[in-house]
Amino acid sequence: MKIPYPVLLKRTEDSPKWLPVVTSVGAVLLAFIISGVILAVTGADPFKVYSYLFKASFGSWGAFSDVVVKATPLLLIGLGCSLAFRMRLWNIGAEGQFFVGAFMASAVVMVPLVNLDTTPRWAIISLMAALGMLGGSLYAFIAGFLKAKLNINEIIITLMLNYIAVLWNNYWIFGKWSESGFQMTKTFPKSAWLPRLADYAKQVPAFSGMTLHLGILFGLIAAVIVYLIIYRSKWGYKITLIGDNPRAARYAGINITANTILVFMVSGALAGLAGMTEVSGVVHRLQERISTSYGFSGVIVAWLAKLNPFAVIVVSILFGALLVASREIQPSGISFLIQGITLFLVISSDVFLKYEIKWVRPAQETAQ
Amino acid sequence: MTFPEETNTVPAVEMQDIVLRFPGVLANDHVNFTLYPGEIHALLGENGAGKSTLMNVLTGLYKPQSGEIRIHGKKVSFNSPRDAIANGIGMVHQHFMLVENQTVTENILIGLDTPRFALNLKKYDQEISNLAEQFGIHIDPTAKIWQLSVGEQQRVEILKILYRGANILIMDEPTAVLAPQEADELIETLKGMAAQGKSIAFISHKLTEVKQVADKLTVLRRGRVTAERVNLQDFTRESLASLMVGREVIFNLHKCEQTAGREVLRLEDISALNNKNLPALRNVDLALHEGEILGIAGVAGNGQSELVEVITGLRPCTGRIWLEGKDIANKPPSFSINQGLAHIPEDRIGVGSAPNLSLTSNIIMKRYDQQPVSQKWQLDYVAADELADGLKTEYDIQAPSVQTQARKLSGGNLQKLILARELSSTPRMVVAMQPTRGLDVGAIESVQQMLLNQREQGCAILLVSEDLDELLSLSDRIAVMYEGQIVGVLGSEDFYITQIGLMMTGTLPEELPEKAQAEEDLTEGNYSSFDEVLDNLHNYEESSQAKRPAEIEPSSESAEPIEEIPQPEPPAPPEDLPLNLTEKERVLRKVLGENYKQGDEE
Repeated sequence: MKIPYPVLLKRTEDSPKWLPVVTSVGAVLLAFIISGVILAVTGADPFKVYSYLFKASFGSWGAFSDVVVKATPLLLIGLGCSLAFRMRLWNIGAEGQFFVGAFMASAVVMVPLVNLDTTPRWAIISLMAALGMLGGSLYAFIAGFLKAKLNINEIIITLMLNYIAVLWNNYWIFGKWSESGFQMTKTFPKSAWLPRLADYAKQVPAFSGMTLHLGILFGLIAAVIVYLIIYRSKWGYKITLIGDNPRAARYAGINITANTILVFMVSGALAGLAGMTEVSGVVHRLQERISTSYGFSGVIVAWLAKLNPFAVIVVSILFGALLVASREIQPSGISFLIQGITLFLVISSDVFLKYEIKWVRPAQETAQ
Repeated sequence: MTFPEETNTVPAVEMQDIVLRFPGVLANDHVNFTLYPGEIHALLGENGAGKSTLMNVLTGLYKPQSGEIRIHGKKVSFNSPRDAIANGIGMVHQHFMLVENQTVTENILIGLDTPRFALNLKKYDQEISNLAEQFGIHIDPTAKIWQLSVGEQQRVEILKILYRGANILIMDEPTAVLAPQEADELIETLKGMAAQGKSIAFISHKLTEVKQVADKLTVLRRGRVTAERVNLQDFTRESLASLMVGREVIFNLHKCEQTAGREVLRLEDISALNNKNLPALRNVDLALHEGEILGIAGVAGNGQSELVEVITGLRPCTGRIWLEGKDIANKPPSFSINQGLAHIPEDRIGVGSAPNLSLTSNIIMKRYDQQPVSQKWQLDYVAADELADGLKTEYDIQAPSVQTQARKLSGGNLQKLILARELSSTPRMVVAMQPTRGLDVGAIESVQQMLLNQREQGCAILLVSEDLDELLSLSDRIAVMYEGQIVGVLGSEDFYITQIGLMMTGTLPEELPEKAQAEEDLTEGNYSSFDEVLDNLHNYEESSQAKRPAEIEPSSESAEPIEEIPQPEPPAPPEDLPLNLTEKERVLRKVLGENYKQGDEE
């Protein structure tokens, strides 16, 4: 059988700067169209569903505050993944690093490491954040070390370490720290809570009921720092160089072992901080379900943002909106369906960046 | 123009008025190409002249915008390489497409419709060994690809297309990856195949080998034919070069007389393993001085790559390496870089550059940590761009801007980029491996001149090359490597290609045949070709039952510091041969075949 219009793929030498943005936005739009078709087939009215989704996440300030709360861990994890992916280190272990970060932050309260009644709130929170980052980075160190020294596939290690981290947390919440037999710790005292907008409802009535917490500020600061690292610093140059050609980097005198471990640890620290913001800013205790696979969604966020830290902010808010909306519609899987289709299309859309696509018409073949 | 065969035979290939336009480039501009059965037809041109493009049209990879192709007189239109194969056209690419872990036979059978299900390997082994024998190709069909040398892998590629019934063979720069001996063997094979009626198109930009192998010649320059189906005898090397480049090429490099200064690098008892954990370097001792080019000659795979990697800190070793009084053995690459060691790597794309990063990023690879590019923790991209821009002009790197990705550069420009990075840091020492391989004539000239300029500035240069021409014209001394050992070091007064050739096959200097006799034969023109010289050398070798270093205990002569290797009593060179550079070249040309005499007479 002969295809009437054969498609010709040609590698393009130059693509305009706006093209990546157009293809990404196009891919997201197309994802909504395809999901819409699926919704229509299952008997729902896609326009109604989408308008409801939109209202549920952006319809009011309160809803938007919820969106940002969901976006915070995605932002931090997405930034960490962006950094690691720049160096072509496939850290799929953000989920595990997130849990270890949450565990370490909880330890401040549960052990307790400081006197919770007398220590000032800012000191407790700082300690929790520091330990959360330390936990995430040490956990990522395991994978980084094995990758750098023994060249063991980091995807397998980080993936497996995720399960270990979840079970480690379970050990503590089912056993030692269990709140009268429930699979959770006791609620943290207020001094271990990240400040929320709702806390200031007395001064600003509009803030009443808003769950937005200080974690988002951590995320925004981290975005700026990661941006500076990638685009302005010598270290970022080294990371990019190793990512593009490790053999050339080694030839240029760059220590690949040390940088692999370091990038893994920074990536893990950001995931660990995300874990800390969740326990301290949202659930106020360590429990089984603190993550709705933030660790994996963060990977998708980083990809969608093409590893650009500022784009990570936008994408994590979009994903946060989908998560909030998923609470509002049934089945909640619709949101994940859209997420999956989006990722698929964004990755596929890379073909437009690398190739020029031509439909060869028979007329063209004979033309001069 | 009428050639005798044109009146009798139908051409195997006739390409007429081929036009192929890529965005922004006219790759083939009304190109004609005709190939007769039993003929070896060279397609000569610089990189980017359109040779490979033209042949890719013939193999069905590209579709020309206009023009006609006739195969054995029948008009054809190929839509895919499959169509070309069906018409008996096969191409051996520069980069082999073989499965490392499978045998020769399995590789040849890949993708064929038969055998369908059950694979009776023995039967096919036999078939392939018969086919190989028919064309005088030596290969073991049961060997796994990874066990084979590059030359042998190439033979597998040739067998692959012969097995598919090709009678028109296209060889894309086949000798670029081969050692001189392997190249000679390949040329013999090709001549044998032509004698049996196969037509061969031979893409090359090496003038020397084109004169050796081809019957007819077509020259391309910037997509146009500058000489069509001419006889090779009518051209000198110089006139061919000017057809290729479009201007007179001066083959004389400016190499001034100078004496070497104090010692810069010393290797003491260096041994190292290769990637397969087999000994690659055995007790190597070497010394290198200021203002000196030390050439390393040897057949590929005798430890040259490992030697370079050990010096540049990319491979662990035992022994000591002194660079300017500091031991750099087993130190990270950054250590020797800071000591002023520049490295022009063999693999420009895989090691020497970051293909997807900009020119600027590639230029600052080794100085991102120095002023003015570096500002505390920051990298000053404006200063980096300025630096890159300056070097782009100074080293004449042809690229739209310093933001251009390195992978978009042509081979010659990429090498200039690497040279700009390595040489602009005023190194104390340069390690250059195959610095001109695969470059076109114009680029070769400028790269070689840059190395000579470094020498003049007192830099010590270690030049590893498989191009004996290059070694002879650039080096002050030549060390010959065989199976991981330095067989001997020759001073410029001992530069005879016969000696070097013999040592490359493992003959120790004191076992060399009477030099005077060998050289006399050469200068009298008793040999008509390089092959004959080589044959003769092998005879010498057999008769003297040369002892190979591999059989020698590690503590033998070659383990001593090389200066102390007992040199054979140097017989006085023939008196009509003063040994300055141009005379050496004259000797070389005589050695390389009678065709050279024409170029010589001017």
